[in-house]
Amino acid sequence: MDSNTPKKQGGSLGESQSNRGASWAEKTFLAICYAALGLPLLLLVVLIVDVVIDGWPRLNWAFLTNYPSRKPEMAGILPALVGSAYLMLLTAAIAIPLGVGAAIYLEEYTRPSRITSLIELNISNLAGVPSIIYGLLGLELFVRAMQWGRSVVAGAATLALLLLPAVIMTAREALRTVPHSLREACYALGADRWQTIWRVVLPMSLPGILTGVILSLARAIGETAPLVMIGALTYVAFLPNSLKSPFTALPIQIFNWVSRPQAGFHTNAAAGIIVLLALMLALNGAAIWLRVRLQRRMDW
Amino acid sequence: MSSETAIPRSVAARIPLRAPRSLRERLVGVVLLVCAACSVITTLGIVLVLIVETTAFFREVSFRQFFGDIQWTPLFAKKHFGIWALVSGTVLTSAIAILTAVPLGLMAAAYLSEFANERIRRLLKPSMEILAGIPTVVYGYFALTFMTPLLQKFIPSLAGFNALSPGLVMGIMIFPTVASLSEDAMYAVPTSLREAAYALGATRLATTFRVVMPSAFSGIGASVILGVSRAIGETMIVAIAAGQQPRFTFDPRVPVETMTAYIVQVSLGDTPTGTLEYRTIFAVGMVLFVFTLALNVVAHRLRQGVLKDSVQ
Repeated sequence: MDSNTPKKQGGSLGESQSNRGASWAEKTFLAICYAALGLPLLLLVVLIVDVVIDGWPRLNWAFLTNYPSRKPEMAGILPALVGSAYLMLLTAAIAIPLGVGAAIYLEEYTRPSRITSLIELNISNLAGVPSIIYGLLGLELFVRAMQWGRSVVAGAATLALLLLPAVIMTAREALRTVPHSLREACYALGADRWQTIWRVVLPMSLPGILTGVILSLARAIGETAPLVMIGALTYVAFLPNSLKSPFTALPIQIFNWVSRPQAGFHTNAAAGIIVLLALMLALNGAAIWLRVRLQRRMDW
Repeated sequence: MSSETAIPRSVAARIPLRAPRSLRERLVGVVLLVCAACSVITTLGIVLVLIVETTAFFREVSFRQFFGDIQWTPLFAKKHFGIWALVSGTVLTSAIAILTAVPLGLMAAAYLSEFANERIRRLLKPSMEILAGIPTVVYGYFALTFMTPLLQKFIPSLAGFNALSPGLVMGIMIFPTVASLSEDAMYAVPTSLREAAYALGATRLATTFRVVMPSAFSGIGASVILGVSRAIGETMIVAIAAGQQPRFTFDPRVPVETMTAYIVQVSLGDTPTGTLEYRTIFAVGMVLFVFTLALNVVAHRLRQGVLKDSVQ
């Protein structure tokens, strides 16, 4: 093994090898590799710059506080912003207890059996189901069967089911990071299983769980297809005032504007996208900040 | 994506499971089991909803009308239910996406696993993940207002809605999936194999292509299949930029409609629930679900094979 390869596996056996005496074939190959990595990242930059150039002139206080309008220059995203906020809070309120509960069950409360492996297989399969299929489920189950209508709570319940696999997986990972010795110490002091989980394991794994949940929410805030299925409205001139009220959300509003032929609405869509990306960035930042902060407190 | 089965169980699970002492313990156990069961109920719910509505659909439309026709016009007066028109749209856009994502993804993976040093690897892998986190409605906007006009400069016959532009953008979206999972598979190839190749006088390039990639084949295969599955299920990019004209074609320049885009189109209109038109979206959803589930199961099998190999 070479000195600069602390890892046990993987390539780059000798770093020196790559620089000295690399054949032309290898140099060509490396050039192709740089292009393969660079091209998508370049497109990412182009995408962001393109959106900012298109949308920046439209972005002002009125845009954030106005209701939608037939005239693109009058239209704003207030109901969409408020709708998205309601949606995220409700989604979190449903997905966190269910997801963390399932994770605790699988990690702490039971030992491997046929049931747990069935649940595990099921979760990994659910993670691969396209989001629009969740929309179909939400449409039949929440909108029709439970008669919640095309409401905020139906949208949130659908998004919560969509997030569940991700929340369960991150929560399980967080639970696994708690050292076994702590649980043993707890049992030795006479605590029962629930006391151990509630007082020791959960507080210890909280940073990991919260980070995972916030990252999942950052993804959910951009989910469009399931909400289109649920029937989130595209023209909403009021703010949601109860669980059952009709609603719109930021990605739905963007989709609506993109689908219109007038250039003015495309500008609005670009401005909406800037807001959406900023919100996602903020959530991601919050997750990182939270992890660092809570981890520091946990140090001993 | 994967359910790691080889993880050591926590202590609590190793404590002999006698009947819990207190009522509270038992109650908590039941509540937690219900939480865990929710995911199973979700799956059952999806399957049940699709089966019920699809059965109702096939009571009115025969299998021959569905699988033996290449026209899809359920919303018109003269109705045709040939699913192949939608399948061809899906296959076309997904194929373009895969042809974009796989070469790029494999090259990126080979570089990160075999050539890049640890610092570059740690920097680039999360940067690629940003691409996977961009909302698809944003990609749709990008495909429609940037990529299509750009491509039209080179291909004048390209329509305003087409399969090419959303396909390419979708390829960029699934590139991180392919790159990241293939990289994991290549990185997990034992160093001894590489050392053996070097000892035989192979160059790094030859080692990468003749030793590492074949050894990681099942992992790379799984990454490609998961990429295909994501492309097939992707909705907003194609709904925005590919158009809404179901047609049986493999011409990337003309408007097409994918299965997902059709479902969106119907749910945007005001089709009354319980009608045949309404049920078409569940029949299409069923086809979509079966496609993606089959791909995911194959990918899962392949990845399990990788895990077993790397243990040995």
